[in-house]
Amino acid sequence: MRRRENLLLLLLMAPAAAAFAAFWLLPMARLAAVAGSGPLGIAAYAAILTNPRYFASLVATILLSAGVTGATLLLAGVAGVFLARNYFPGRSLLLALLTFPLAFPGVVVGFMVIMLAGRQGFIGDIVFRLSGSRLVFAYSMTGLFMGYLYFSIPRVILTVIAGAEKLDAALEEAARSLGAGRWRIVRDVIIPGLRPALISSGAICFATSMGAFGTAFTLATNIDVLPMTIYTEFTLNANFAMAASLSLVLGFITWLVLALARSAAGSGVAAAA
Amino acid sequence: MTRTGSFYAQLAVTALIGAFLIVPVILSVVAGLTVNFFQGLKSGLTLRWIGEVWSLYSGTVYLSLLVAFACLGATLLLGVPAAYVLAKRQSRWTRLVEELLMLPVAVPGLATALALILLYGGFREFRTSWHFILVGHVLFTLPFMVRAVLAVLTSIDLATLEEGASSLGASFAQRFFGIVLPNCRSGILAGALMVVTLSIGEFNMTWMLHTPLTKTLPVGFADSYASMRIEIGSAYTIVFFFMIVPLLLLVQRFARLGALDRQ
Repeated sequence: MRRRENLLLLLLMAPAAAAFAAFWLLPMARLAAVAGSGPLGIAAYAAILTNPRYFASLVATILLSAGVTGATLLLAGVAGVFLARNYFPGRSLLLALLTFPLAFPGVVVGFMVIMLAGRQGFIGDIVFRLSGSRLVFAYSMTGLFMGYLYFSIPRVILTVIAGAEKLDAALEEAARSLGAGRWRIVRDVIIPGLRPALISSGAICFATSMGAFGTAFTLATNIDVLPMTIYTEFTLNANFAMAASLSLVLGFITWLVLALARSAAGSGVAAAA
Repeated sequence: MTRTGSFYAQLAVTALIGAFLIVPVILSVVAGLTVNFFQGLKSGLTLRWIGEVWSLYSGTVYLSLLVAFACLGATLLLGVPAAYVLAKRQSRWTRLVEELLMLPVAVPGLATALALILLYGGFREFRTSWHFILVGHVLFTLPFMVRAVLAVLTSIDLATLEEGASSLGASFAQRFFGIVLPNCRSGILAGALMVVTLSIGEFNMTWMLHTPLTKTLPVGFADSYASMRIEIGSAYTIVFFFMIVPLLLLVQRFARLGALDRQ
């Protein structure tokens, strides 16, 4: 009976397993093989550290992603805790505004940055009226930072709200009655309580920024972030081996960050688009 | 409760973030309906750009919908049975399978797309059909369907329900279709909305997988942002908002129903 059921369960798993093996595991194995087949051989995997251009691209991508993660956690942390605890007229509208961009593809996010900071952008317009000179920064690292912030904030806010709703109000009450000031409570009660939510959403934010291609594609014609470097190697230089090895290293980094975060914060860490 | 200065400071931060997110959306809606965005609203309003977008890019809308619903079908067929197995047998092996299925989400889409091209790019028929894009989308969305269904299945007492049914003589198939599927309805619905929304917006892989004859919505965006005037890019973005707003409303409504269920 039990053996028959095991067989049936195996049959139910078979379609997903077969599709996954044929369309992900095998292609990935091929990618790994191609990566080692260039003029550099296996050393192609180290090129990201030894080749100055790739290394600069790696450093820029990591710095950008880390900066975006820090800024997002700070901003979305404040807004998320605020929305979790305060009810006021217009709250649900504000919440809807904050989560509307969740479904935007990276290219659309790039276009939103152009709307804000491009040649006919909103910020440039205001600055022009105030000072008489145009400010255009959509196509720079600052524009990229803004775009990554744009797609990260909604996701982190949702996780922070969910985490903040589970916080035990009695702990804060106790801290307050023992004479702790507002900042002390934030530092010693709220932030430790939100730790799992901050770690997991921070990791997703970092991993998504590392691999974000759409936004960079729209804005970063001249900026070497890793996904753009890989894209250029593959399509313009037809350097398949290098594109393959760089994308495997990038994939390893994002996977590692998510795996580490999960072991630090408990389950529930999954990347998103 | 009295509002303190801290309340207003936090409200201001939250409202500023909201403005940062929504001002460009409003601007692009305005730009897509304005005769000449550079001259501003005084140049007048028009539907001309929307019309032009439709004549240039309506194919991308249809293809995106086709891919999204095919993707939904595939993730239902592959993902729901897989989630059931994962819920029923929780061992080291099934944990490993779950981990593996998550990988296409943990690894950037660019890597998956390059891998698919390197292995299957030589099969011209396959490479140039929309099925090539579908494969990428299924890999990327499958984990979301599996997770949504798995979350529901592990929150109910599946073992007792199935035992009861089988002691009354229900076969494996009767249990699966009569007990399991109806019970994970809410998970399937949540997963389905997620799959469709993600598929419609997927760009990272699709840009590599598409061909000039298989352009999806986000591919069309990249094309129009790069080569068309800003009014057309904006009008195209309005079309996108029209497509996702109903989906988002459904998600929200559904989340509220889910919250009521749990109470």
